[in-house]
Amino acid sequence: MPHRRDARRNLSGKRTDGAKLTNGFAVFCRLGNALLKQTPLNTVHRAAGARMVDFGGWDMPVSYGSQIEEHLAVRRDAGMFDVSHMLAVDIEPRNATEAKENPNGVAGEGARDFLRYALANNVDKLTVAGKALYSCLLKPDGGVLDDLIVYFLSENRFRIVVNASTADKDVAWLRSLIDERGAKLTLTPRRDLAMIAVQGPHARERVWAVLQHRNAEAKAATEPLKPFMAAEAGEYFIARTGYTGEDGFEVMLPSTHAIEFWQALAAAGVRPCGLGARDTLRLEAGMNLYGQDMDETVNPLESGLTWTVDLVSARDFVGKAALLAQTPTRQLTGLLLEDKGGVLRARQKVMTWAGEGEITSGTFSPTLGASIALARLPAGVVAGERAQVEVRGKALAARIVKPPFVRHGKRLLASIKEKPL
Amino acid sequence: MNVPTNLKYTASHEWIRSESDGTLTIGITDHAQEALGDLVFIELPAIGRKVKAGETCAVVESVKAASDIYAPVSGEIVAVNEQVVASPEMINADAYGHWLYKLKPANAADVASLLDAAAYTSAVGEE
Repeated sequence: MPHRRDARRNLSGKRTDGAKLTNGFAVFCRLGNALLKQTPLNTVHRAAGARMVDFGGWDMPVSYGSQIEEHLAVRRDAGMFDVSHMLAVDIEPRNATEAKENPNGVAGEGARDFLRYALANNVDKLTVAGKALYSCLLKPDGGVLDDLIVYFLSENRFRIVVNASTADKDVAWLRSLIDERGAKLTLTPRRDLAMIAVQGPHARERVWAVLQHRNAEAKAATEPLKPFMAAEAGEYFIARTGYTGEDGFEVMLPSTHAIEFWQALAAAGVRPCGLGARDTLRLEAGMNLYGQDMDETVNPLESGLTWTVDLVSARDFVGKAALLAQTPTRQLTGLLLEDKGGVLRARQKVMTWAGEGEITSGTFSPTLGASIALARLPAGVVAGERAQVEVRGKALAARIVKPPFVRHGKRLLASIKEKPL
Repeated sequence: MNVPTNLKYTASHEWIRSESDGTLTIGITDHAQEALGDLVFIELPAIGRKVKAGETCAVVESVKAASDIYAPVSGEIVAVNEQVVASPEMINADAYGHWLYKLKPANAADVASLLDAAAYTSAVGEE
């Protein structure tokens, strides 16, 4: 593999090594690019003075001021993210008659049967209505097309939420699979919905405070929700899920309600947060970012996602044969920078006793006050061992650690000196 | 945009102040700090190092990106500001109040080639 240097930029955000931009977002972005897609909350972000960036073709807020303060608001209190660029897709029988004839998805291909085959995780784990499951969507060769959350709404009715940049590809792929299998299912992309993630130790009570005057039914339905469960109430769909390592809700609601709901949350003390804080929060929580930590060229067993792949049950699924036929030679693990001398970044080279690897996501962790990363390293290295990372020509000492780094506001690495939050 | 008229600038977002002893004090502009976001790491050159105009001589890293800092003119590094190395966030709070390094220019006349506030403001507008 050719040696690749880490991304270098001048202060204008222009890459100085001529390589393709891979780091999620550019530092500078021309304002008002008409080619970018906008969420229903776009005008609110701009009015708040957010720094907007091109994120996978969407005009999105990267921060509203200090990214670190937004990050800490989520760890200590409550923050909210506009994640309406992500896409909800409903999977249902083509008509009511089919649903009636096939209530359990047993005879013929119901939504559950289809997802049992299409997803690497096993939807048979979803036995209670409202339950959510994280899964990869694989290619036949085992490469990761996307990662998603699948919600079990009612028998034969499921909702998946996929990444923005892969949404079109995912829908086309799933439709081709449905055709190939002759399944009588329909896929409905729900661009009519906005999505707001409210996260933090006080997130749920703030959402309830807003709901009690607007949608008392939704408040009642979400009060007993356990983690990774969702409830539908009228036009609202609320799940106790997230991408920050904190408690909270992800709220899907009609896009026409989005601005008012966002403003009510802000008035209730929920801090607007941009995609910058979302990235540092998810990295501290040890969660992968599609397109950065895994993509079509790697399989989930080499992406820290073995726990999401069911290779035990007898069921067949797309990519299963390819995964069974190989032995992973690489693994995705965590790194903690122990030397001073910079910040860990994607594409930096990592040296271990077992050979070289590469950082896939790196940042400065506001909670730990240290630089952390996810890195794809040779199989065989284990947590606790030392590694070296090449940063601007210098080899800096790092320790291999098992993610997550932070969960529910708590630092999870014993080697890190406590500093008050 | 905050662009003091008593300073000179580069199109790569460094500010330059001419001191009475003939040295130049160099920092990054308010526009640069705002675009980079929260700074968390700064690496400064060795005192005594000779640099050419446009040469990379320092690095600033924010939570989101690493950026090179270039020498505005050729010369020798005569001082570095260890305070900002210890607390990079000082630059976010006041980009013109905290310098990175001081340079003794090889040719004092080179300073005339730098941008004034109006030229820098229009250069930022074209980005």
